[in-house]
Amino acid sequence: MTADLSAGPDIAPGRLSPQALAEAFDDAHPPLDRRQALIEASRCYFCYDAPCIEACPTGIDIPAFIKSIATGNTRGAATTILDANIMGGMCARVCPVEELCEEACVRNTAEEKPVTIGALQRFATDDLFDRGLQPYERAAPTGKTVAVVGGGPAGLACAHRLALLGHAVTVFEARDKLGGLNEYGIAAYKVPHHFARREVDFILSLGGITVQTGRALGRDITLAQLRCDFDAVFLGMGHTGVRALQAEGEDMDGVMNAVDYIARLRQAEDKGTLPVGRRVVVIGGGNTAIDIATQIKRLGAEDVTLVYRRGEEHMSATWKEVDWTQTNGVKVKLWAQPRRLIGWTGADGTTAVKEVAFEYTQLDETGRLMGTGDTFTLFADQVFKAIGQTFIPSALDVAEPLEMTGDRIAVDADRRTSLADVFAGGDCVPGTDLTVAAVEDGKVAAHAIDRMLKG
Amino acid sequence: MADLSNDFAGIRSPNPFWLASAPPTDKQYNVERAFKAGWGGVVWKTLGEDPPIVNATSRYGAVTYNGVRVAGLNNIELITDRPLEVNLQEIKAVKRAWPDRAMIVSLMVPCEEHYWIDILKRVEETEADGVELNFGCPHGMSERGMGSAVGQVPDYVEMVTRWVKQHSRMPCIVKLTPNITNILGPARAAKRGGADAVSLINTIQSMVGVDLDLMAPMPTVDGYGTHGGYCGPAVKPIALRMVGEIARDPDCAGLAISGIGGVSSWREAAEFIAMGAGNVQVCTAAMTHGFKIVEDMKSGLANWMDDKGHRTTADFRRAAVPRFVNWEDLNLNHAIVATIDQDLCIQCGKCYIACEDTSHQSIAASRTPDGRRRYEIIEEECVGCNLCMHVCPVDDCITMHPLATGQDKLTWKHHPNNPMRAVKEAAE
Repeated sequence: MTADLSAGPDIAPGRLSPQALAEAFDDAHPPLDRRQALIEASRCYFCYDAPCIEACPTGIDIPAFIKSIATGNTRGAATTILDANIMGGMCARVCPVEELCEEACVRNTAEEKPVTIGALQRFATDDLFDRGLQPYERAAPTGKTVAVVGGGPAGLACAHRLALLGHAVTVFEARDKLGGLNEYGIAAYKVPHHFARREVDFILSLGGITVQTGRALGRDITLAQLRCDFDAVFLGMGHTGVRALQAEGEDMDGVMNAVDYIARLRQAEDKGTLPVGRRVVVIGGGNTAIDIATQIKRLGAEDVTLVYRRGEEHMSATWKEVDWTQTNGVKVKLWAQPRRLIGWTGADGTTAVKEVAFEYTQLDETGRLMGTGDTFTLFADQVFKAIGQTFIPSALDVAEPLEMTGDRIAVDADRRTSLADVFAGGDCVPGTDLTVAAVEDGKVAAHAIDRMLKG
Repeated sequence: MADLSNDFAGIRSPNPFWLASAPPTDKQYNVERAFKAGWGGVVWKTLGEDPPIVNATSRYGAVTYNGVRVAGLNNIELITDRPLEVNLQEIKAVKRAWPDRAMIVSLMVPCEEHYWIDILKRVEETEADGVELNFGCPHGMSERGMGSAVGQVPDYVEMVTRWVKQHSRMPCIVKLTPNITNILGPARAAKRGGADAVSLINTIQSMVGVDLDLMAPMPTVDGYGTHGGYCGPAVKPIALRMVGEIARDPDCAGLAISGIGGVSSWREAAEFIAMGAGNVQVCTAAMTHGFKIVEDMKSGLANWMDDKGHRTTADFRRAAVPRFVNWEDLNLNHAIVATIDQDLCIQCGKCYIACEDTSHQSIAASRTPDGRRRYEIIEEECVGCNLCMHVCPVDDCITMHPLATGQDKLTWKHHPNNPMRAVKEAAE
């Protein structure tokens, strides 16, 4: 077959001017100024036994911190937040508040307009960061050591709390930078101006935390060795694998894991260097799918279609996220699954994606998803796979295996694994894959470890 | 259609909304703007002897409560700082141009008769409708033996009022200070002196705050502060009660009352009139929002009067006075309890914690099977205090309902627990 290069995939960097890119990736939701924050804070009823607190996985005393904002005690507000959630700044930016605290706000009942808790939380924590305040002081050293594997939200939350309680912590991180998905995964316009790095710096500035980057479990370190060298171990490796489409041809050029592309985008000094297709197809219905679809659109892709195999009510992305991506010009198609990727072969013999063939889906009488037999085809220069990530336990020791729940590490309420001195949290344990849930895991585990070590 | 026209101590105005003696009424420019906006009358900012006093900067301090600006206003400004003749010429010009509006001139000169004779003669030449004696200003001028320094001594109030009535044909309104133990003292003194009316309240001595950086009372003047006079929405309850005390006092019968203090809308005006005022005076609301607010004051009052079937303000003036009684006249056998409308409840729990922590533990908190919060009144424990109703953020969610006790009215005067009962009953 003779390749017609002019008819090849239309993928190019720098589709938008540097100014347009800078605007597209600046703060999607600008912060409240002091006056706006005071007005918003005055809307809080200061509920007793407030539903918002209950809805927060980290149990932040939301009415208390909002009251502090209202009285001008912004530092007090920030410490109320950070006491419960050391990544309160990040969570203020990335939490699906419309399904957590803000959904529970009693202001919804009469007005359908909750207090903007997330924005207020950001106001308070930003103020603390901007003023360079360190509200915490470590307890006297206990002489105990803890290894934390994974420098994402779970690991860092655990490390911070343990260091605060006087323990000496070493964080092992496989990548070059700490932060996990905060640094590599969250959509860029949610965390501009290096916020993830600033938050990590704030956490480490407490002291008592040693960091070893480029050290992966199963490759550079083993659980058995960590258990020898440290008094306790916390595992917070996060997701390590990406689910396959199980569609024919998904290995061809132009087909990418969304998480890999987002990580590259987040690390790119110049977003104008990223390859951007003219026509892009995203497959998946979660926040990663939303994030890649919106970001590739903001990078200058002309037509972006997000295809999900079920209905909107089944998407793990929130209604607000779906609204957001549609507002950004992404077309959302529901009830279809990819069957086959069709490519074209270039002069060098490599095959790049050209079209994706989908089959419509529906639920059968038993509620199971099935294809209808009807199909359609979308042209695509790029295809992003975002149908979920998994924890691959292969890095764990085979000799003394941890008990698993499905494909994740089994833990009890204290986040203790089947090994008494090993705890785990974040995306490698069962539960919702939210930053805020990971922080809670780390915090709970830290207190359990502390009790054990001081036992 | 309601008729708002007003006759206050013989002074006619198209509506009962006057601007009080204060910065909004200190010169022709402002007063003409006020009349254009629709105000029924003004009390011109207090005139004094030449040379004029000197004012300080700054002059105002304000209380911002929960995001609401100027919930209370404190000022340290004194009387007019312009020459007497300039004020008099402007008063005359404005009255000529606006003959249907009430033009009252506020006065403050030392407590010697000749000062009053002199200034009254000059004010009469302006053809103003009346005078208001400023016995209320509680800061600055009071240090010089005027303003509230006079208002706090009933004998002085009576003496000066008598001079004014002796030397002038004009209706005389005596403006009272609330900085006194019993408002009836100066009110009765004004009556004895021949006053046609009293107006109250003037401002309350106050310190609006401390500047925590300067460590000085606010507002600060070159690093120092002094007490001021407090007014605005926050003082209305204090003013309303004092108006009521005078309205129900037999010794003050026949004395017209101009209600002042936190009148911010037609509603406060209706309340003051129901409590015995013949009209109201406004300042802080105009200083916060401009003169235009009188439009809603007028239409709001007229619409409310139409709804209630009142043709003039006289139809409901003093309507609430007979029901202003002493505590010992309240029926202790009357019982009410709170009811929570579960359909309106937003589950904020504010009623629960207010009752649980600070009242009578008469609200039960529970969860419904689907996990929602539920708050219910324990009627046996409820003392009918109203606190839950007040803290509830939803209108009409918590309401108070009478309980049929089947008992006759019983006041403290006749209550068996009253150790003075026998004495009182014997006396009756």
